[in-house]
Amino acid sequence: MTMSPRTRWRYAVNNVMLTLTALCTISTISILFFILGYLVVNGISSFDLAFFTQLPKAPGESGGGMANAIIGSALMVGLASLIGIPVGFLGGIYLAEYDGGWFSNAVRYAADLLNGIPSIVLGIVAWNLLVVPMKSFSAWAGGVALSLILIPIIVRSTEQFLRAVPNSLREGALALGANKATTTLTVIVPAARRGILTGIILGVARIAGETAPLLFTSLNNQFWTTSLGQPTASLPVMIFTHAISPYDDWHRQAWAAGLVLLTIVLLANITARFVVSRNVG
Amino acid sequence: MRSVNLNFFYSQFQALHDINLEIESNKITALIGPSGCGKSTFLRTLNRINETIRGANYTGEILLDGVSVLSQDVTSLRRRVGMVFQKSNPFPKSIFDNIAYGPKVNGMTAKADLEVTVERSLRRSALWEEVKDKLQKPASALSGGQQQRLCIARAMAVEPEVLLLDEPCSALDPIATLKIEELLFSIKDSTTIVIVTHNMQQAARVADKTGFFMLGKLVEFDRTETIFKNPSKKETEDYVTGRFG
Repeated sequence: MTMSPRTRWRYAVNNVMLTLTALCTISTISILFFILGYLVVNGISSFDLAFFTQLPKAPGESGGGMANAIIGSALMVGLASLIGIPVGFLGGIYLAEYDGGWFSNAVRYAADLLNGIPSIVLGIVAWNLLVVPMKSFSAWAGGVALSLILIPIIVRSTEQFLRAVPNSLREGALALGANKATTTLTVIVPAARRGILTGIILGVARIAGETAPLLFTSLNNQFWTTSLGQPTASLPVMIFTHAISPYDDWHRQAWAAGLVLLTIVLLANITARFVVSRNVG
Repeated sequence: MRSVNLNFFYSQFQALHDINLEIESNKITALIGPSGCGKSTFLRTLNRINETIRGANYTGEILLDGVSVLSQDVTSLRRRVGMVFQKSNPFPKSIFDNIAYGPKVNGMTAKADLEVTVERSLRRSALWEEVKDKLQKPASALSGGQQQRLCIARAMAVEPEVLLLDEPCSALDPIATLKIEELLFSIKDSTTIVIVTHNMQQAARVADKTGFFMLGKLVEFDRTETIFKNPSKKETEDYVTGRFG
């Protein structure tokens, strides 16, 4: 069968476009694998049990770990979650279920703006609000700074997933004599629970990797934190200070810390994916 | 249940004009009419579910046992006036939890009481034999007809005095439709039923009285036989004989 010039042209265009899209796909994925591989190659030598159990060593001494930074990060992400998850969740419910006209629009717009504010600015805000009056860098201030990032993420994701619940379920519950609050808590939120949970996991994973808001608030600490009012180490800030130092030992530690952080965030993402892909029961 | 001079508005648009209609107790009342005629809107004012739509507004009166529904607490009104929707809307919960939902939100807590209520409601809806071994399975696993009967059972579990059905069979095949009609006959001794339907044969089969709506007005309301065999209005005759609609 012979092809007309027009058909041949169509096949050619098709092949060129297919090649282009495939190249773009490959380059996107390969960046991720490149970063992963680079972290593994550079960080694996310091990635040992000591990394998870010991304090950082002074420059020049090899070995040591970042146990204090892992705990510090967990502390501050936990604090931020304690503030950010309830506020974000309830805010999302308000926006989705109690649409109050101009006020809802103002809140929604504010959440989007807050989402777009550079995280370092939120760090300065927390510094002004907490570090200055308390006269000390602290885990409190770090947790609050991170919660400012977490709140708008959870507000908007919760709202979005609640809105996706069909209205027929709301009417069904109301028609049985349930009031608005009962309907929301016993039918609508459970129907959207997987989506809401996914939004929370992704939000928490996002703040676990934030560095800038912590620079002004929790600062850093080479030792264990014994109180939430003290400067506190965190993995992202530890990576920053170790990476800009002139010591090879510290560079290796920074790579290992990067590997740990990336692994945590990846695991959180995979968990979120798993949660959302399971069938609604 | 009775509506007196009922006018209903969606913002500026008047959807119902001066509706006066008496729904007789323990009878089946059918509301028919072309799409957009206001029959569903009328049904949805009876349990005030239309209030959830912004801009909804009405004048006139709806009386339940002589008491204005507007002056009642809306949640207790909806316990007395249940509703089944056009599209079956089982909650994403188990079959048991779907039926138990209404009794629970109305204050029933004892597990034994709930079990008795769930079984009784499912038996009355002729669904018990089909689901008794899978009460803990998700309701979404049931077929379309079973889901709609589950929704009727769910509404019946709070023992409403009036049951409103908004085109309950529009998505169902004839066999599932027949089952629902049999179900309506079996509960009408204790429950007043109002059914909106597009299907005139269905109205003729199940209803004691039928109301014909057009353009937001109640054109004619009479015994079903009269509406279909000897209507007094020209519009009603044109509609029931299939000349339009």
